[in-house]
Amino acid sequence: MTVDQRPTLEGRLRERLADKPLLLMTHLVVGYPSLEDNWVMLEAMDAAGVDLVELQLPFSEPIADGPAFVKANHEAIAAGIGWEEYFDLTARASAAFSFETLFMGYYNSVYRMGAEPFAGRLAEAGMRGFIVPDLPPEEAAELREHARANDLDQVQIMTPTSSPARLAEIGRHASGMVYCAARTGVTGRQTDLSQGVPEFLARCREATSVPLGVGFGIRTADDVRALRGLADVAIVGTAGTQAWLDGGEPGYRELLDALVAGTR
Amino acid sequence: MTAQLSMWEPSPGGYFGEFGGSFVPEVLHETLEEVREAFEAARRDPGFWRLYVDTMAEYAGRPTPVTFCPNLTRQLGGAQVYVKREDLNHTGAHKANNVMGQGLLAQRMGKKRVIAETGAGQHGVATATMAARLGFECTIYMGAEDVERQHPNVFWMEQLGAEVVAVTDGTRTLKDAINACLRDWAESMADTHYVMGTVCGPHPFPQMVTWFQSIIGTEARAQMLDAAGALPDAVYACVGGGSNASGIFAGFGEDAGVELVGVEAGGKGIDTGQHAARLAGGQGRTGVAQGYRTVFLQNDEGLMHDTYSCAAGLDYIGVGPILAHLGQQGRIRFESVTDAEVVDALRLAMRTEGIIPALESAHAFAAAVREAPHLSPDQRILVNQSGRGDKDIFTVADALDDEGWREFIRQRAAGYAR
Ligand SMILES: Cc1ncc(COP(=O)(O)O)c(C=O)c1O
Repeated sequence: MTVDQRPTLEGRLRERLADKPLLLMTHLVVGYPSLEDNWVMLEAMDAAGVDLVELQLPFSEPIADGPAFVKANHEAIAAGIGWEEYFDLTARASAAFSFETLFMGYYNSVYRMGAEPFAGRLAEAGMRGFIVPDLPPEEAAELREHARANDLDQVQIMTPTSSPARLAEIGRHASGMVYCAARTGVTGRQTDLSQGVPEFLARCREATSVPLGVGFGIRTADDVRALRGLADVAIVGTAGTQAWLDGGEPGYRELLDALVAGTR
Repeated sequence: MTAQLSMWEPSPGGYFGEFGGSFVPEVLHETLEEVREAFEAARRDPGFWRLYVDTMAEYAGRPTPVTFCPNLTRQLGGAQVYVKREDLNHTGAHKANNVMGQGLLAQRMGKKRVIAETGAGQHGVATATMAARLGFECTIYMGAEDVERQHPNVFWMEQLGAEVVAVTDGTRTLKDAINACLRDWAESMADTHYVMGTVCGPHPFPQMVTWFQSIIGTEARAQMLDAAGALPDAVYACVGGGSNASGIFAGFGEDAGVELVGVEAGGKGIDTGQHAARLAGGQGRTGVAQGYRTVFLQNDEGLMHDTYSCAAGLDYIGVGPILAHLGQQGRIRFESVTDAEVVDALRLAMRTEGIIPALESAHAFAAAVREAPHLSPDQRILVNQSGRGDKDIFTVADALDDEGWREFIRQRAAGYAR
């Protein structure tokens, strides 16, 4: 355990929120389309002023992901991306860039690594926390303990189907930030942000005081802008990868600039 | 008269020893709670089990018989061989039981639509018949590779009114179809029930599917006492996900003198890596995927392996958590048999008794054939014939390497060619 006064994930987010109303979190699947492309994407994120980046460790059974990320997971695995490659990239990214980094991945990877080594490796790679969509809070007690010892936060997930009692339970475990899924289903489809999202976010707000991120179907600068005043972090996943595949580096930078402009 | 399943009772969180649990995206949390509550209520309602048994009698042909096999017994020269005939169910396999049970439950829950994964197509066809009968919309997810290999079952599912979606992710097989179902359900849960086809997945599926399939074991135990005047010394069942095995074992769980033998797919041999033996070969490792913790065939970093079996229904990375637990406890012994042994056992069953086990079920026969000669003639063994092979004529003919069949197909194809 470190004894210096490292700020928490929540503290870091609050610091950034002092300057602007909304933060931007982006995502990439490590190794897709390639590690070299990932680095160019990360440079672009940093240049655009992205606040937070989710770095996904590929898994063979990604049940919370939609078709685009499923394909990304499987292609990254086929290209030989394992823990070694993952932590090499994440450590370099945390050291080189000013955004914060989070682990995203499935529980089997964490389980096979072991809770303590997992937390240790994340901390060593300079990451601030982790999002594990198939690990419910009631199964994560041991992992959270090791996380705390390493100044890491488990990002909890709230959904529109969560009952008030469930939101309260998730809220009790929340630290760092909460990931609010703007709709049901998996990643990769459009969400109509006027449909019930403000009411849902109000329910999340009631359940926790940590910063709220909103993801699932956030694709455009307008989507991001629509979250101002409702949430603290706009989370853009599939749309980023799609922009890279469609428009290469120029198209990617263009989207990132527009998204960041949407936060200001 | 519902089955007593105390060994199949989970501890809090849906655990059986260290296996089981519920590891799903948060969006499905309440949905699984709803299924758990509906299942618990149905279980406490004696009328529900009666409705299930009556429906299976009227619609599906239950109870299925236990058949004594004198010729096979003589040929093997050891224990007396009895066979539980799940092949005689409507649609030709034990899958019909679970499907109707979950269909009746979905009706109680007021659902309008059912979805299911299928490997070979057996569970998909069974689900499609149930959906037609009970009036549900029905979508079946099937790996694209399986869609190509098993067109006859796709044909029947579509004729029965189901939509069949070919899943093109991953290895394009059963496990990918399960992932696709979980993704559909994460969006459709308000009006849709996921009819999981085996004793895997998040709590309560392992327990619930075991409960419905326990109809096999409950019948078989009484039938053995009737026919032989005694319980069997050992019961053999093939293990894919584990539902037919769980079902027949459930009837004998409390009978300490009855050995339970689960038979996994040894494929081309455990050493070749081309198999689906998670428990028998010692190559499986504990992990968490597809919503539950069990023993999976995976690499050091938790990525799932490609599995292989001549029997599509056994070709799966994981195994029911209850079976994994009872294996660890020593209550169930796990064995594996190779494709070659399976083909021999299939031929033997057909020639000696005129019964036609599915390739999956022939795994249980193969283990019985291996072990029966070492038992004494006053001992009895019971083999679960989980399904019939005659309707899988394409795959069975391939497994038997039959030239006459190949020639027939060539001529038929030439007839269709323009
Ligand atoms: C005839 C038959 N037996 C066995 C199985 C394997 O499933 P389980 O292990 O759940 O019984 C299948 C699966 O499709 C099957 O069709």
